[in-house]
Amino acid sequence: MRVSIDTEICQGQGRCFSIAPSIFDFDELGNGVVIGDGTLSDETLSLARLAQSNCPEHAIFIEE
Amino acid sequence: MTDKKPVKDFATDWDHTDPKWVNDPYPIWQDLRERCPVAHTDRYGGGWFPSTHEVVSAIANDTEHFSSRLVVVTNNKYPEGSPPAPIGGAPPITSDPPFHALARRLLLPAFAPGPINALEPQIRALCRRHLDELSGEQIIDAASQYAQFIPPGVIAHMLGFPSEDGEIFRDFVHVVLDLIDLSPEVRAPLFVPMGEYFDQQIADHVAHPRDDLTSYLLNVEVAGEKLSPEHVRGTMVLILIAGIDTTWSAIGASLWHLATHPEDLARLVNEPDLMPLAIEEFLRFYAPVTMARLVKDDMEFAGCPMKKDDWILLGFPAANRDPEAFEDADKFIIDRTINRHAAFGLGIHRCAGSNLARLELRVAVEEFISRYPVFELDSSKDVTWAQGQVRGPRHIPLRVPV
Ligand code: HEM
Repeated sequence: MRVSIDTEICQGQGRCFSIAPSIFDFDELGNGVVIGDGTLSDETLSLARLAQSNCPEHAIFIEE
Repeated sequence: MTDKKPVKDFATDWDHTDPKWVNDPYPIWQDLRERCPVAHTDRYGGGWFPSTHEVVSAIANDTEHFSSRLVVVTNNKYPEGSPPAPIGGAPPITSDPPFHALARRLLLPAFAPGPINALEPQIRALCRRHLDELSGEQIIDAASQYAQFIPPGVIAHMLGFPSEDGEIFRDFVHVVLDLIDLSPEVRAPLFVPMGEYFDQQIADHVAHPRDDLTSYLLNVEVAGEKLSPEHVRGTMVLILIAGIDTTWSAIGASLWHLATHPEDLARLVNEPDLMPLAIEEFLRFYAPVTMARLVKDDMEFAGCPMKKDDWILLGFPAANRDPEAFEDADKFIIDRTINRHAAFGLGIHRCAGSNLARLELRVAVEEFISRYPVFELDSSKDVTWAQGQVRGPRHIPLRVPV
């Protein structure tokens, strides 16, 4: 399972790295970035889903 | 204000300065969503108001058919001396692609979470100072004696303006955002003092460069060239205007909510971990900012025959109350966990100051409720809401424990 951010769609709304700072960080422009390669465990999956369902731009994708 | 005919039907004659809309726009938007999702008006030279999340989002993301050249609806679509698209008078908010990306990129690093979070202690101190000044008072105005001081202090610091100039900024905001329905001849001279103020600040920063946003904008180079003076000044005006009224409206609306919903106040006082969710719900439910677009060319859009230079009143606050996009959209749920709100806009113009706005809102509410764990509206005075595209309470009379 992996999570990714589509950088074309992300506008830096900042929800993902506030909700799930263990999965997401921000770059120098304030856009969201995935920490590491985005691999999710059973425990982090639900947190990633929560971030996904709060992204106003629908920029977060999860491959299960 | 000019004498105007009251609105009979918002579907065919909307006016966002009509007292009904100003006092309580939510039932109007709900009614429009049900029978006429994109409303029309002949006022202001003609325009449209989409009330659904779907259409607001489609327009915000469609920079091919909609321009940001002007983002505040007034009676003048062709103000004199305003730079044309794609730059506009206040980059990046008035800019269209491709210029927009360039003007925005310049600003983003200063407003990214790193530098913004570093301001927290200073904002907290500012809040405490203003609360200290109220000590001993039993009746306070949480808008004019508290919320309205916080953002001007922070913005003055970022731009490198004298911290005591907050009062002057309040007047500027009033002219740009509230007094929109005047004729162009009456409105234009009101902008003179603001122009002079900025000239003076710019001259001072040219003579004495320092480590602030004004000096940064004056010196930054893009492709080997400095920004034009109009660009620098337009961006400074934008930051001042966009950073002040918006945020004090959000702080004010949140405190008003807590004053009128003691159960939510008690929960927030007793469960501080709720704060991040509560902040997003304040932003969704009381989203203060509505923006505008201009239609680029005649076309049919969402079933409407739009004409070149028709206004679009882009209601992010209305999108936030759309039951198609939010469960129980008209209920304030302090621990709402799924909340894809659009208070900071959608698409390429996403509020560049959103990290700062959230920080100011959170710290201002935290400090207020820690000083006053209980408070209620003082019913002897009225709460008044600002008219225009930024909505927030101008006066919030509260009874607080001494
Ligand atoms: C709660 C407070 C705030 C709200 C609700 C808010 C809302 C918005 C919205 C909806 C937009 C989108 C405009 C559009 O689509 O045309 C916007 C843009 C912008 N805001 Fe804010 N804002 C707030 C606070 C701030 C602050 C504190 C600053 C800076 C000090 C700021 C600076 C900007 C800038 C520079 C833009 C233009 C971005 C661009 O065009 O790329 N805002 N804001």
